[in-house]
Amino acid sequence: MSLEGLQIQLIAAVVAAACALPGVFLVLRRMAMMSDAISHAILPGIVLAFFITKNLSSPILIIAAAATGVLTVSLVELLNRTRLVNVDAAIGITFPALFSIGVILIARYAENVHLDTDAVLLGELAFAAFHRVALFGLDIGPRAFWAMAAILIINIAFIKFFYKELKLATFDAGLAATLGFFPGLIHYGLMTLVSITIVGAFDAVGSILVVALMIAPPATAYLLTDRLSRMIWLSGAFGIASGISGYWLAHCLDASIAGSMAMMAGVFFSFAFLFAPRHGIVAIARRRVSQRWEFAQTMLAIHLFSHEGLPEAERESHVYHLSSHLHWEPDFARQVVRNAERRGFIRNHGGRLDLTDEGREMAQLALVE
Amino acid sequence: MPFLELGRDLFYDYTLRTVAMGSAVLGVVSGALGAYAVLRKQSLLGDAISHAALPGIALAFLLTQSKAPLVLVFGAAIAGWIGTLLVISIVNQTRIKEDTALGLVLSVFFGTGLVLLTFIQKMPTAKQSGLDTFLFGQAAALMEHDVITMVTLGGISLFVMQLFWKEFKLLCFDSNFGASLGFPMRILDVLLITLLVAAIVIGLQTVGVVLMSAMIVAPAAAARQWTDRLGAMVALSATFGAIAGVCGAVISSSMARMPTGPTIVLCISAIVVASITIAPNRGLVWNWIRNQRERRKLQIEVVLNNLYALASQHADLRHSHSIAALGTMSANRSNVRNSLKELSSRGWVERVSSDEWALTPEGIVQAQQIADRGR
Repeated sequence: MSLEGLQIQLIAAVVAAACALPGVFLVLRRMAMMSDAISHAILPGIVLAFFITKNLSSPILIIAAAATGVLTVSLVELLNRTRLVNVDAAIGITFPALFSIGVILIARYAENVHLDTDAVLLGELAFAAFHRVALFGLDIGPRAFWAMAAILIINIAFIKFFYKELKLATFDAGLAATLGFFPGLIHYGLMTLVSITIVGAFDAVGSILVVALMIAPPATAYLLTDRLSRMIWLSGAFGIASGISGYWLAHCLDASIAGSMAMMAGVFFSFAFLFAPRHGIVAIARRRVSQRWEFAQTMLAIHLFSHEGLPEAERESHVYHLSSHLHWEPDFARQVVRNAERRGFIRNHGGRLDLTDEGREMAQLALVE
Repeated sequence: MPFLELGRDLFYDYTLRTVAMGSAVLGVVSGALGAYAVLRKQSLLGDAISHAALPGIALAFLLTQSKAPLVLVFGAAIAGWIGTLLVISIVNQTRIKEDTALGLVLSVFFGTGLVLLTFIQKMPTAKQSGLDTFLFGQAAALMEHDVITMVTLGGISLFVMQLFWKEFKLLCFDSNFGASLGFPMRILDVLLITLLVAAIVIGLQTVGVVLMSAMIVAPAAAARQWTDRLGAMVALSATFGAIAGVCGAVISSSMARMPTGPTIVLCISAIVVASITIAPNRGLVWNWIRNQRERRKLQIEVVLNNLYALASQHADLRHSHSIAALGTMSANRSNVRNSLKELSSRGWVERVSSDEWALTPEGIVQAQQIADRGR
């Protein structure tokens, strides 16, 4: 593995981890699409700051972009607060308008500079390793790596310091407000963080794929755990895994690294979507099937119990009668009887079914409930 | 006369005419179908569909090696459609919410499309230029046959929408009622989404992936402010879309270095802002005026009521009281004088001396009515 390849992987891992952390709260607070809106809407902020500084690596760019991100959030809220448009429509109107302003600014005034919309939208991680940073005349590595590492540390620090507040504001904003935790302040803090992270990740992965790194790892983690702390760890881990495996996928296909990272994040999510132990669709389907049998056995026990000892019991308790009385297919009825017999709820005397003590107990329990 | 010149250009200038036609068709189709998306609170679905279309475009090119618009549009539609169904199934099957599902599908599909595009670029037979126009759209490069494709596909979509008008209306406003009447609401849902997908993919070439979502949401959000009727809203939304399309095309052609797609989006955004501000009944200005009027009415009633309450302490209900006394009973003292003036112009109170006011017989009746209403 070349040194350059290693560096790109390092950058990819740091970018992905930095994105995944605030992403957790976006997913939990149902504001995932806000990352999409911010990532597009900060374009005019970057362009204007660039006109002032004439330098694409100036920190003012990050500040301007973050400010535009927060402005986007407040514009969406302003539109929404008129109660004339829904919040999703407000997002869908705001960010294309701001993005359009950015594109027009670039087209009109920045034609001959290195600031094209392609780079903004798509990013190119392969070049990120070439922009170096020097400390005391010593080359200490790619600029993107240090920038994102700093953002990652800010994100970790924010989550660590305001963990309690974030948790409360996310799961019970009303309670947070009554306890004096200023959920609004936390909200804007989080949005600032998201904006800064997006700006930092811009260079490397572009504005659309940063959404993948913000949403997909937390969504994957959300299917795997019910604990916030574990979800944060898992998101970071899935982010890093997507970053590194994405690099290798791009390496094999000789294709866009950022795109491959998004693709791998999608692959990880698909696995969780299918096979997550409790929230995956296979698990849900299996649970549904087992519930169906469970329910059928309870029905059978109740049916036998209610006719037990009565004159019609002889007729009602026969296997063949179940299909007409409970509207069961004969095959299904036979299967239910076999299962119930195996579990010791009933005894089968040549087609005539009798409840065991255990079965009677279950029927009584079910009827009481 | 610049307007005449513009009219002549629209008529004779082939390029401008084609671009304006294409943009107008796009505006009509996305405006009309976007109305349903906005009403069903699926505004951001358009964003997801347009991004999700990218891998379809790339795959269609990879498989057929053709750049014919119909082939690429077909690929885009299939991918956009699959993406939408994925969003729906993620929301229905797991505990993940709609916003996350949208963002996830949007970005992962787009990433996959990007991988395919860069893969195509590096193929030895690479002649892919033209594929990335879908990213930003290239309205200026619209040809007559593109417009014909758009008109055909858009026409079919609008025709189907018209055909299932009643069913779609049910779907938007009371889906459960529709199901109870025996309409296959799920199939209708998928059909309506298919039409939306069609509207989006025919616009991709003109305004691009990113800005297409605005063409779905903005005309409908603007139209919603002017009417409460579905038919009027769809028609208005289509009209707004068409106006924005033509305006954008004309403005971008009359100024140097003015990309068409973003200009169209800014036009439709301006229409949204105008509608939110000035639309009758719902608009902000209207609302403000109504609020002021209500507040004024309330203040007057409060003063009348207070005067009545004070007078009730005396044998004669027409006993006069000072402005100062009324002021202590009112939250906002400065309004007392104005309210008294308004009341006296209605003949409900009269000035007894320079500072003293009393109820007239008519005022007593009015005050009693207000008191009864409050009971």
